[in-house]
Amino acid sequence: MNSMHDIQDYKTKPTLETFGFLPKLSQEEVFRQISYILAQGWTPAIEHEHPSNAADHYWTMWKLPFFGEQDPNAVMAELEACHRAYPDHHVKLLGYDNYTQSQGLAFVVYEGRM
Amino acid sequence: MAKEYQAGVKEYRELYWAPDYVPLDTDLLACFKCTGQPGVPREEVAAAVAAESSTGTWSTVWSELLTDLEYYKGRAYRIEDVPGDPESFYAFIAYPIDLFEEGSVVNVLTSLVGNVFGFKALRHLRLEDIRFPLAFIKTCGGPPAGIQVERDRLNKYGRPMLGCTIKPKLGLSAKNYGRAVYECLRGGLDLTKDDENVNSQPFMRWRDRFEFVAEAVQKAEAETGERKGHYLNVTAATPEEMYKRAEFAKELGMPIIMHDFLTGGFTANTGLANWCRDNGMLLHIHRAMHAVIDRHPKHGIHFRVLAKCLRLSGGDHLHTGTVVGKLEGDRASTLGFVDQLRESFVPEDRSRGVFFDQDWGSMPGVFAVASGGIHVWHMPALVTIFGDDSVLQFGGGTQGHPWGNAAGAAANRVALEACVKARNEGRDLEREGGDILREAAQHSPELAVAMETWKEIKFEFETVDKLDI
Repeated sequence: MNSMHDIQDYKTKPTLETFGFLPKLSQEEVFRQISYILAQGWTPAIEHEHPSNAADHYWTMWKLPFFGEQDPNAVMAELEACHRAYPDHHVKLLGYDNYTQSQGLAFVVYEGRM
Repeated sequence: MAKEYQAGVKEYRELYWAPDYVPLDTDLLACFKCTGQPGVPREEVAAAVAAESSTGTWSTVWSELLTDLEYYKGRAYRIEDVPGDPESFYAFIAYPIDLFEEGSVVNVLTSLVGNVFGFKALRHLRLEDIRFPLAFIKTCGGPPAGIQVERDRLNKYGRPMLGCTIKPKLGLSAKNYGRAVYECLRGGLDLTKDDENVNSQPFMRWRDRFEFVAEAVQKAEAETGERKGHYLNVTAATPEEMYKRAEFAKELGMPIIMHDFLTGGFTANTGLANWCRDNGMLLHIHRAMHAVIDRHPKHGIHFRVLAKCLRLSGGDHLHTGTVVGKLEGDRASTLGFVDQLRESFVPEDRSRGVFFDQDWGSMPGVFAVASGGIHVWHMPALVTIFGDDSVLQFGGGTQGHPWGNAAGAAANRVALEACVKARNEGRDLEREGGDILREAAQHSPELAVAMETWKEIKFEFETVDKLDI
């Protein structure tokens, strides 16, 4: 049943943590994740970093976290603006949860080029 | 006026049955399920349990009069029926906090589940729950890092972590073992685990294992860009040996070690947790022997008590069962003690087997670990049941993949992320789980093959230990 012919080779991929194994999210899908962050009462924020430093705990913060922002479109626009300003950087969306003092969600929306 | 000494045997209920007693916030409260010998009144059984687990003994002794037993004695203060079970009842007992040494769950257990469990007036006795007073909790170290710190160290946000126990659990050489670790981690798992049986046997000595595993972890991190870890089991025959292994894991730059808290014992566990806190290491806790203690519905200690004791003794992860896999675990009851691991306050809720309000104060939380007989088809249910603050461990469900560990790991990671993404979009995972997995498999041949491999496997037996509600 399990002949070598049927087995596929698995190529290691650099994957950037959460959602790294899914196809790149469409704009519509990113919008839904922003809506989820807002619905949880978390504060959306954006970080960006050159791929060569992606393993660091700290990436560069884009402006400030968007305290009080309720419009997913505004966050979409900021993601886009950050990507335009740093086209070769990874751009990550995150949701700060001030109750757990953690990030309720964090994933890379735009991948930079090495 | 001072009391007179009267030698002889008194009925326990004269001293230890106190139905009017109002427990103090500082009292340690316990609920026992008691099954007495026929003909012994419930109040006498409850009072006997209170006495034998606190200040009493079977005969009056003169030296009792040298102290104030009213201050030190435990009191049975309430009796309740067990629904649907006419021969058993619940006894609620309040213990003054000064009966227990600060920071010692060992002392608490030695008192509460000591001699009293062999007591002749009882046919069976089960410790169902303990309410630890906040004043006691503040004297315990608790988890070395806790959920929030572990997420930050490992850079894992917004989803459960994925793990797996390396198999076969016994017999691999250190180099082959490290190979299995590397394959799992490069394929997308966050963490791998030593099997609990793996200590330092002739086929693979601990030092060799640690070195090869460290190389596997570091190589997988470099190639994937993600943070990885392997629970290096430091459970050993002596504390000295345990600390020696822990030190070497730290020297190798590994983030996490592992201990078996029941076979190793609470003293070893608390010491190791303190060491981990001092040395910036995470601590994964296995629970071998728990079913010996917690499975019988009328005798022993319920796992919710062992879980609470572990949170106080210290651990960053604790196995809780899966609800859906091959091992015993009623859903409501499991959720009841998962809350005790992770939340800062858990209200009384008999439908989940929670007998007391429990305030954990500022004690960090423990990740719930679901492990044992689970595979990709369980993913939607697991994400729903356990939520993000959990580690989902697929052993056979990773390494049994027809294309090997890396492909098996990737299949699980794709399934997990598809479920999390769908949940965040507001989809009902338990109802639409099949569709969500099938959609995800369209872009992942690894997942498609995993779904084909395990589509018929189910583990559906009645739970032996059910909640009495």
